[in-house]
Amino acid sequence: MATKAFQKIYTKVEAITKATISLRAAGVANEELATVSGRLAQVVKLKDDLVTLQVFEGTDGIATNAEVVFFGEPPTLHVSDELAGRFFNSYGQPIDNRPPVEGEKRYIGGPSVNPFRRKQPSELIPTGIAGIDLNNTLVSGQKIPFFADPDQPYNQVMAQVALKADVDKIILGGMGLTNDDYLYFKQMFENAGALNKIISFVNTTEQPPVERLLIPDMALAAAEYFAVDKNEKVLVLLTDMTLYADALSIVSNRMDQIPSKDSMPGSLYSDLAKIYEKAVQLPDGGSITIIAVTTLSGGDITHAIPDNTGYITEGQLFLRADSDTGKVIVDPFRSLSRLKQLVIGKKTREDHNHVMNAAVRLYADAANAKTKLENGFDLSDYDMRCLDYAKAYSRRLLAIDVNINTTQMLDTAWELFSKHFTKEELSIKENILNKYWKTA
Amino acid sequence: MKTRGTVKGIISNLVTIEVDGPVSQNEICFIDLAGTKLMAEVIKVTGKNAFVQVYESTRGLKVGDTAEFEGHMLQVTLGPGILSSNYDGLQNDLETMEGVFLTRGEYTRPLDLEKQWEFVPQAKEGDEVSAASWLGEVKEGWLPHKIMVPFSMTDKYKVKSVAPSGSYKVTDTIAVVSDESGNEHNITMMQKWPVKVAITAYKDKPRPYRIMETGVRTIDTFNPMAEGGTGFIPGPFGCGKTVLQHAISKQAEADVIIMAACGERANEVVEIFTEFPELIDPRTGRKLMERTTIICNTSNMPVAAREASVYTAMTIGEYYRSMGLKVLLLADSTSRWAQALREMSNRMEELPGADAFPMDLPAIISSFYARAGIVNLYNGSTGSVTFIGTVSPAGGNLKEPVTESTKKAARCFYALAQNRADKKRYPAVDPIDSYSKYLEYPEIIEDLKKRISEDWVDKVLKGKNIALRGKEAYDQINILGDDGVPVDYHTRYWKSELLDFIILQQDAFDKIDQSTPLERQKFMYNLVMDICDQELDFDNFEECSDYYKKLINIMRQMNYSEYQSKEFNNYLEQLKKEIENGN
Repeated sequence: MATKAFQKIYTKVEAITKATISLRAAGVANEELATVSGRLAQVVKLKDDLVTLQVFEGTDGIATNAEVVFFGEPPTLHVSDELAGRFFNSYGQPIDNRPPVEGEKRYIGGPSVNPFRRKQPSELIPTGIAGIDLNNTLVSGQKIPFFADPDQPYNQVMAQVALKADVDKIILGGMGLTNDDYLYFKQMFENAGALNKIISFVNTTEQPPVERLLIPDMALAAAEYFAVDKNEKVLVLLTDMTLYADALSIVSNRMDQIPSKDSMPGSLYSDLAKIYEKAVQLPDGGSITIIAVTTLSGGDITHAIPDNTGYITEGQLFLRADSDTGKVIVDPFRSLSRLKQLVIGKKTREDHNHVMNAAVRLYADAANAKTKLENGFDLSDYDMRCLDYAKAYSRRLLAIDVNINTTQMLDTAWELFSKHFTKEELSIKENILNKYWKTA
Repeated sequence: MKTRGTVKGIISNLVTIEVDGPVSQNEICFIDLAGTKLMAEVIKVTGKNAFVQVYESTRGLKVGDTAEFEGHMLQVTLGPGILSSNYDGLQNDLETMEGVFLTRGEYTRPLDLEKQWEFVPQAKEGDEVSAASWLGEVKEGWLPHKIMVPFSMTDKYKVKSVAPSGSYKVTDTIAVVSDESGNEHNITMMQKWPVKVAITAYKDKPRPYRIMETGVRTIDTFNPMAEGGTGFIPGPFGCGKTVLQHAISKQAEADVIIMAACGERANEVVEIFTEFPELIDPRTGRKLMERTTIICNTSNMPVAAREASVYTAMTIGEYYRSMGLKVLLLADSTSRWAQALREMSNRMEELPGADAFPMDLPAIISSFYARAGIVNLYNGSTGSVTFIGTVSPAGGNLKEPVTESTKKAARCFYALAQNRADKKRYPAVDPIDSYSKYLEYPEIIEDLKKRISEDWVDKVLKGKNIALRGKEAYDQINILGDDGVPVDYHTRYWKSELLDFIILQQDAFDKIDQSTPLERQKFMYNLVMDICDQELDFDNFEECSDYYKKLINIMRQMNYSEYQSKEFNNYLEQLKKEIENGN
């Protein structure tokens, strides 16, 4: 972003905090970008001629005579088909040693879709993972996070989901990714030969945290180009939204705002909603689906970040290590896809809903049996069969390394049902039961 | 001369404007951003500085930009054509907006000014009239939409003339009235009213005295809602708040439904847009959409307009109430509204109360709930606004400020329990924690006696006791083991399970089960209570659970069958046989 001619340069900074600087300047617009000693900054507060700028990289070493140059516009991204296959930093600048993208300049963080122009999401996104496709089916235009502890392989699962999903473009928004994870994603995408449909915006842990506030808006501006202008199906991956929220709290703290629950800013709900609500099914066939990661601390979902997220997103996916089988599974109890009702049994086989419910109910019975066992009570024959079933169900369907299509999942479930249970114990609607029950 | 001003400071959507004349609290102004007019509301004045909250993004706004004050508060336009419209929080018609994206500064008309309405006069020359008097009516869909003397005309008037029957636009004069000093006033079918002021053009507001059927068993049977009453539904995410509200909106015994989607998911609103035009109202046989208006400020739309959206919805509700109609107002969710208040209070650097919410939050919530109610109009008719709001407590903790403040204001409490949702027991309304204060109103008890049966309220209280004792027994069984408690405990537990499965649980996605008329609720509830009255001796707990499981299975099939159909009666016979065998 080169300096234009006739730009006025200011060199008298009046106040410096860890994240912001203030100076006197005229004609400055709200949310306008600027550079402070070459570092990018954005206008966050105006009072008479006193302008406060948030310096993304932090203010370490900024002097009171630092050069401040205003751009006259908010953050932008150049959009065109050339975006495909490229890697960018938080500012939309290439980090893959290739030239900048030519294209139309668009403001990031643009307006919302008119709710009346939205279409009801109705297209299934298959992933091959039964814990998702069978129990928590994803639908295009949906927004759903993985709730995971930091030690769980959420980035791997997400990469796997993305590569299997039938979409036109995948956009990765990496916030506070470790360099290792960044390289992992890069390698996965290259190995899959899918680079031409992937666009990445990455902020690693080596870069200043406040920068990552730009990542979701950058990723979604690119997504809107492909979904709105090109009518494509776009999948946006955002990891890790907890680190994004942490960056929000840093900024609000520096601006002396009164924190609300868990020292998060009072506007956390609106801030997160602005991002997640970009997920949309558009009238002309394009769609934006968002899969995010929200890391939890010790599985606590009442913390302000997962709590607010849960109220915004359309369900959540929980990963859990299953001690019985030694596999990482998608937890069928706590996971939920709110939009699955729109596709299951309609875009999939008619028995989908019944099989899903019966399988989870029996798995719950197994959990009860397990509690009984642990408390030293006697187990009935039914309890024993439930426990056997649970192991098979976990290994063959819930585990994240399973990769089969939905019909195979349903068949597998029927196979497990007939192996471990009687028809009566399933209590599934008669006509469905008779049609799909497998006689051994 | 309008007051004008210049922008002096900007923090997010809080803008300070130095004014050159008088401004009033809550006055509306438009800020000029390079030709785009941004709507804003005054929320504080100090000296020459007016602090305004802007209803749009302030990106690009500069110190020195100009603003013009309108001289009135935020107001809605009232007139025929509101029903089946889809508005944003400021009553812009979303349907007539151009483009896929919402454009900043684009404001659309709430009413179609060209549409012709068939007006039929009701008042005649010489009639004494005052605010809210009915002058005539037009048919809005199938509803009689009264054309009234505007609420802002607070004197006594005499009708000079009323337009004859015929087609008119909302802007045409349909009556001329003269005040006591002889000044004439032209009245059209359209009027404006500030949203933050309650419409009080009625005789009095009695205590609610009759129940409002919702078709949801756990509400109607266990904790009935009164017509003109207030209630709220708190619950953690994933517990089915929205599904429950949608169920109520589809089936409730109301003439007009107003849904304020306040800071919630856009896809949920899309669901209403997609489904309601297809669904039929069982009471009238008309499309559900015809009696529904949606006020929609989804979570990604500007925060300040979110606060306005609930007031806009309430004002429209009060307008239809003045026509003698039953209005049901649903707001999802009032927590988002409270959060919007918190954001502004924060930016104004006010001293915060609990959880950083503004200190006056309880007062704001209770004065909003107080606008609901059943009213006696001057002409002898009654109208009502029944209000049910949802609350999204942070972390599912019901001790947080919004839930606590609402609990003080609302008369019905439908607590959604996480453990019920986990077990897929929907609606997840907790039978023990939830309450309806109306069940204690002598007027309501009378109404229930008349509408259902003499002993109804006693039976309901008995049922609540069964639920409570069942839970206690269940806790004991869990601690001591199946064999560690007397069989009697199992019987107690299974009776509460029967009540839970057959009455409290209801399948919102099943065509038949989703709505249960009062008559059918009475039948099924009596059946359940009769079984609970049966004193049986079981040899062991397995025999007990088998017996009740069988009954539950048959009665669930009944819930899924058309009431009193052949299928239904067959199951009933089967049930009777099982009960006899049990004896």
